[in-house]
Amino acid sequence: MADEIKKYVISILVDNQSNVLTRISSLFGRRGFNIDSLTVSTTNNPLYSRITVVFKGTEQGLHQIVSQTSKSEVVKKIFVLDERKSIYRELLLLKVLCDKTERSAIKEIVEIFRGKIVDLSKQSIVIELTGSTEKIDGFMEMMNCYEIIEVCRTGITGISKSSHSWNDDMNEEELRPLVTPID
Amino acid sequence: MIVTGSQLVAEVLLAHGVDTVFGYPGGAALNMYDTLYMYRDRIRHVMSAHEQGASHAADGYSRATGKTGVVLATSGPGATNLVTGLATAYMDSIPMIAITCNVPDSLIGRDAFQEICITGVAMPITKHTFFVNRIENLQEVLMNAFRIANSGRKGPVLIDITKDVTAAEIEYVPMDPMPLNAPPAFTEEQVKEVAKMINISERPILYFGGGVTSCNAGDEVRQFIEKVDMPATHTLMAAGIIGYDDPRCLGMLGMHGSIAANRAIDRADLIIALGARFSDRVALNPNRFGKKANKIQIDIDASELNKNVQLDIGVTADVKEFLRALMPHLKQKDHHEWVTQSTEWRKKTGDIKSQDAQLHPSEIIESVCNLTDKETIYVTDVGQHQMWAAQYLHHEHTSHFLTSGGLGTMGYGYGAAIGAQVGCPDKRVIHFTGDGSFHMNLNECCTAVSEKLPVITIIMNNQVLGMVYQWQTAFYGSRYSSTDPGRATNFPKLAEAFGGKGYSASTPQEFEEVFKKALQENGPVWIDCAIAKNERVLPMIPSGGTIEDMIIG
Repeated sequence: MADEIKKYVISILVDNQSNVLTRISSLFGRRGFNIDSLTVSTTNNPLYSRITVVFKGTEQGLHQIVSQTSKSEVVKKIFVLDERKSIYRELLLLKVLCDKTERSAIKEIVEIFRGKIVDLSKQSIVIELTGSTEKIDGFMEMMNCYEIIEVCRTGITGISKSSHSWNDDMNEEELRPLVTPID
Repeated sequence: MIVTGSQLVAEVLLAHGVDTVFGYPGGAALNMYDTLYMYRDRIRHVMSAHEQGASHAADGYSRATGKTGVVLATSGPGATNLVTGLATAYMDSIPMIAITCNVPDSLIGRDAFQEICITGVAMPITKHTFFVNRIENLQEVLMNAFRIANSGRKGPVLIDITKDVTAAEIEYVPMDPMPLNAPPAFTEEQVKEVAKMINISERPILYFGGGVTSCNAGDEVRQFIEKVDMPATHTLMAAGIIGYDDPRCLGMLGMHGSIAANRAIDRADLIIALGARFSDRVALNPNRFGKKANKIQIDIDASELNKNVQLDIGVTADVKEFLRALMPHLKQKDHHEWVTQSTEWRKKTGDIKSQDAQLHPSEIIESVCNLTDKETIYVTDVGQHQMWAAQYLHHEHTSHFLTSGGLGTMGYGYGAAIGAQVGCPDKRVIHFTGDGSFHMNLNECCTAVSEKLPVITIIMNNQVLGMVYQWQTAFYGSRYSSTDPGRATNFPKLAEAFGGKGYSASTPQEFEEVFKKALQENGPVWIDCAIAKNERVLPMIPSGGTIEDMIIG
């Protein structure tokens, strides 16, 4: 269904230079597309950075934003990650009000979700958790009965499971951005 | 050879065949202008009255000559004054390079005098922006700017250079211009698929736009129309690709398009869109546009496919290359009945003439067509006169109708006409404008005087902002909010005050007389033509409407 709203994860390899993030995010904004989350980091090739954008929209919207983005001079490769063939992760840092009476109960939940307690004080506790968005949502639901002081979520970053590296064929001659569906 | 940053700019411009730049000097651009003084025998600098005029001139120069337009401005207000010109060129995909000089790098980010982050301002209205604060990057950036502006779907590029870079020195090694990006590849299967759909169609119509102008595919398009034997309609951006007198030409399509074009689109069983983007001024109601037709679109920009209208086949390709590949797969067809019917509809537009007015826009344009040759370059501003020019001019040449289609920039015309005249000194340039549009940038008359440019400006003066006035009449109960300002500008006197020539006309005979005089002048001439304020642009399909909503008279 063309009108169905779905969640898409778009991976964009861009020139590692200032203003790149502004270019990409403002492009989404002015074309009327909402970004659910966005992460940026350098890659093993210092010339390029990777931007991972989570975007909700129709298939037509996806085509539109991918082809618009691929026109940008700074975009070297863009592809939509296939959920079944990719790994998505997100990092959560959570600060909860917690005195000694609640400490062991919270510790138990954290262990079940394979999180880590990274800071502890008399009144509060800071938890670190990585995982899929669903896992983090599930953990947050369990923690909602406690008094949450602060939540920081990074938004997801993703990588395909294929042994092919998208950096492999990034050579200097290849100046034109390509729209490449992941195989 | 050791050169300064400014000299390097001049050298790279020359290496790319640029011998003309438009601009306006200023503090941060002093080094640049000092260099232009040294290069004055090799690079002609045309100084405008206002940077906006210079930006439109660079655009008009590019459209008229097919070369890259170059505009130069200083930092801060000089740079921001380019914004409308850049946006105009961006919307119409015109290759242009804007070079701005910023404050020295040591002052960047400190709100220095006349400092503005123009790369940030220009980001959404250019293909790319560069900020150069190291001279080592300057040559590569300039060369890339030319590549980007002219590759794929063309457009403007802005380069902001800090003042210290324009003075710094570096070893310059001349290099050839960079090759353009290869156009998108298409497959034999796509060609066959398109050919098949065309070959089986019974009522095909060609709908083409600025993309055809941009890749200079006029000949291919004419052969295509002939082989498929189909009627053709064009957007505002493609007036002139097929001659006005071509029996298969239905004229312009869309909001103020011809009855024939809009009706044929509605009845067609196949619409082939070439270098056109189903904009909201053409596909006014995208869900009902050409509702009986299959739709094929060929465009160099992948993001135009399925953007506004759902396609049956979309191919990302250079229109010219694709047509060349397609032709051998097409059968020679005979759609005599369909073409004849469309042409019959065309006749019906002929009787749209107005009431009792003394001088009608169509009479002005008719007279201009009769007294000028095929090489004449027509430039318009934006509004009613623009639509009349698009409807009534006998267009013949692709690069000879210069108009702001996408952005609809009032004030575009005079700058663009000046640019066109600078680029084509042997051709006649006629600038059609309205009293509203002309008031925006008529100050560029001083530029035409300085440069001795014989641009003839025809002011269709109805004393009101005609297009908005027309909408207020039709849809806002004739409440003329800020469209009837009661101005008393004496255009002929104003032209004389600038050092040009001014005439006025209120009948077709008077117009013909003064227009003949204007053709003899060596500098700018204005002709103030009194037309009725209730003159309308017809036909008209309101926004979101279809052929059924067309207002004819």
